[in-house]
Amino acid sequence: MNAETGVRPAYQGIAAWIAQHGLAALATKRGEAEALFRRVGITFAVYGEGGDPERLIPFDVIPRILAKSEWDRLARGLTQRVKALNAFIGDVYGGQEIVRAGRIPAALIAQNEAYCRPMEGFRPPAGVFTHISGIDLVRTGADDFYVLEDNCRTPSGVSYMLENREAMLRLFPGLCSDHRLAPVGHYPEELLETLKEAAPPNCKGAPRVAILTPGHFNSAYYEHCFLADEMGVEVVEGADLFVEDDIVFMRTTAGPKRVDVLYRRVDDDYLDPRVFKPESMLGVPGIFAAYRAGNVTLANAPGAGIADDKAIYPFVPEMIRFYLGEEPLLQNVPTFLCERDQDRAYVLDNLDKLVVKLARGSGGYGMLVGPHATAAQRAEFAQRIKAKPQDYIAQPTLALSTVPTLAEAGIAPRHVDLRPYVLMGKDVRIVPGGLTRVALREGSLVVNSSQGGGTKDTWVVDDGPAKPGLGVVDDGPAQSQRQGG
Amino acid sequence: MLSRTADSLFWMGRYTERAGNIARGMQVALRMAGLAGSLGGAQDEWRGLLVSAGAEHGFRDTGRAVTADAVIRWLALDAENPSSIANCLEAARRNGRAVRTALTVDMWEALNDTWREMRARAGSAAEQDALPGFLDWVRARTLLFNGAAADTMLRNEGWLFVHLGVMLERADNTARLLDAKHPALAGPRADGAVAYAEWQALLRSVSALRAFQWVYHTRLQPDLVADLLLFRQELPRSLVSCHSRLRSALEAIAEATGGRRGEPQRIAAEIHDRLAKGRIEDVMAHGLHDWLTAQIDRNIELGNAIQALYLNG
Repeated sequence: MNAETGVRPAYQGIAAWIAQHGLAALATKRGEAEALFRRVGITFAVYGEGGDPERLIPFDVIPRILAKSEWDRLARGLTQRVKALNAFIGDVYGGQEIVRAGRIPAALIAQNEAYCRPMEGFRPPAGVFTHISGIDLVRTGADDFYVLEDNCRTPSGVSYMLENREAMLRLFPGLCSDHRLAPVGHYPEELLETLKEAAPPNCKGAPRVAILTPGHFNSAYYEHCFLADEMGVEVVEGADLFVEDDIVFMRTTAGPKRVDVLYRRVDDDYLDPRVFKPESMLGVPGIFAAYRAGNVTLANAPGAGIADDKAIYPFVPEMIRFYLGEEPLLQNVPTFLCERDQDRAYVLDNLDKLVVKLARGSGGYGMLVGPHATAAQRAEFAQRIKAKPQDYIAQPTLALSTVPTLAEAGIAPRHVDLRPYVLMGKDVRIVPGGLTRVALREGSLVVNSSQGGGTKDTWVVDDGPAKPGLGVVDDGPAQSQRQGG
Repeated sequence: MLSRTADSLFWMGRYTERAGNIARGMQVALRMAGLAGSLGGAQDEWRGLLVSAGAEHGFRDTGRAVTADAVIRWLALDAENPSSIANCLEAARRNGRAVRTALTVDMWEALNDTWREMRARAGSAAEQDALPGFLDWVRARTLLFNGAAADTMLRNEGWLFVHLGVMLERADNTARLLDAKHPALAGPRADGAVAYAEWQALLRSVSALRAFQWVYHTRLQPDLVADLLLFRQELPRSLVSCHSRLRSALEAIAEATGGRRGEPQRIAAEIHDRLAKGRIEDVMAHGLHDWLTAQIDRNIELGNAIQALYLNG
């Protein structure tokens, strides 16, 4: 949306719907959507802050629309980026060619908290480390997408992509069928296929897949169960598993059953008390040895976080050139590493123009949005940067595009980002779309759900010439299996 | 099925059933406490209820006096009583939530809506005028949950473990309710009219007052009341009926888990055989209270055996 030029062509169908039914109808739909989400129990648990421990992430009923031609370009860029990230992780725990070639400083890896020593010299099945990645993108112009950050550990949110679409199909069936929407409902099948392809060398027969969750106190617990249900696999906690002779079993009513692939949503540090944090109760003693023995696959691989570290991020374009011999299709946001003298001097002089982030933060905590900060806040951050420069990075504020959003006072422009989910098995698979997060507060650039952000459905709409007989895109067979759940 | 999943399903069933049973017990006590000159006065009524709900020790530890108000709060709402209605509903939902994907949408909604409304009602539920409506509501929600489970759940292991939990809890409850009233059924009769009201209330609490007439076609008599609750297969809440279903559920679970059998099957078969051949004359001659005490102990043993073989993994 653009204040000068009005409604972008992609949104004209939506504009027509609103013109016909009125804003009040839209607000009613929003209420219905909320009731729907509460009923199915898709909540986001936020503990320790008082109030309702099971919150709904606000859902905006106006979808974010991308043309298929735009999406296809993005998908090529995403594929390229994830291949390079994966190659990088393999290299980090292998020969470190990229360091020897002088393209990345050795200290950035050796002294990185995300570097996982127990992974040294280990190559997981098919050489895949990042089976599931979430790449956060923002748009600044018609053809300009920037990668804000990569998430190579346990990216969450994909259940919202699926549930948001279900809600839209239910609330706006006509609108959905008027647009030629690319379906997303087959994501769980693609995920299961990806995980099966990651089966360990010692797995004979059909691999048994399970999701390892930290438990129902985890904020994404709903998603763990949802994905397990969609894939028809068990969701297990650490205490459900045990290791004997380097083989992982789950405890069942019929006795122990062998597990081959674990889509783990437990952080590295908590996976195995024998290798990582000894006090962890969430993990499974001995599971890492079973992994290295080729008896179980952990997805994503431990130590994959080295690739999404904010201090490593500036080097991703270089990785693409180094491992793939290609020019990056997606741009990086220019990033200043405060530990470099030259960068730090620039950052301190230009705090009012920059966004400063913790190099290892997440969830939008501990950041400074320079242009919106007070002089006192900027002074405070300057002190922090000087005290611990290695902890901070800075980026220019981008002129982020906005999309129409239902706000208190009618439709208003709000900033959004987009997280597509990239699956890597024998092939790279990307379901068209992703999770659109929206900063609901006027002018806000922060889309994190912990900071007042909401979500939207993401529509990839076929903008090519209509094919006879295919003008209306139906749910497709992949979605019909989601009806019963 | 994961042992943890089976454990959660089993306890979800038990806690939901327990919430309903406590509401049933409270309804009886309310009715009886309103009757002048009941056997030992209103206070005994409430103490008896604490005993039948298995909540007496916990209550005694609070040091509170046994008054209607204190017992009602303890059983309906108290956060420190693990088996208060509020805690049972919370525990049922917590267990259900831990295995959300093993439930149908209807079951989850029954649990979740109950829990949400419970939180809204907690402020006023124990007030005198609100209490009867609250207890009716708890019973209705338990029926809704059981109906949702029976009507929508796939008949696989998951269903069997829910069913097992419900039936074990129900068997336990029927035995305890009967035991709490054993003085009125076997002891000296202070007042014929009051004893009669006790039997009525007992039957009403297991929704069996009309059933009595249909089965026996006669005035209430204490040994027939006990016979109905112990040995009549037609009554869904009778001990024999619960144990017949426990036995077949355990057989079905053995089939579903590759033929693995053990203590649960052995104990369940033994209890059921004894109940199926039982005669009320022998029980009354032996002493109802002693007989029920032994039966309650056997129920606990069965629960422990199920826990050991299937749920702890």
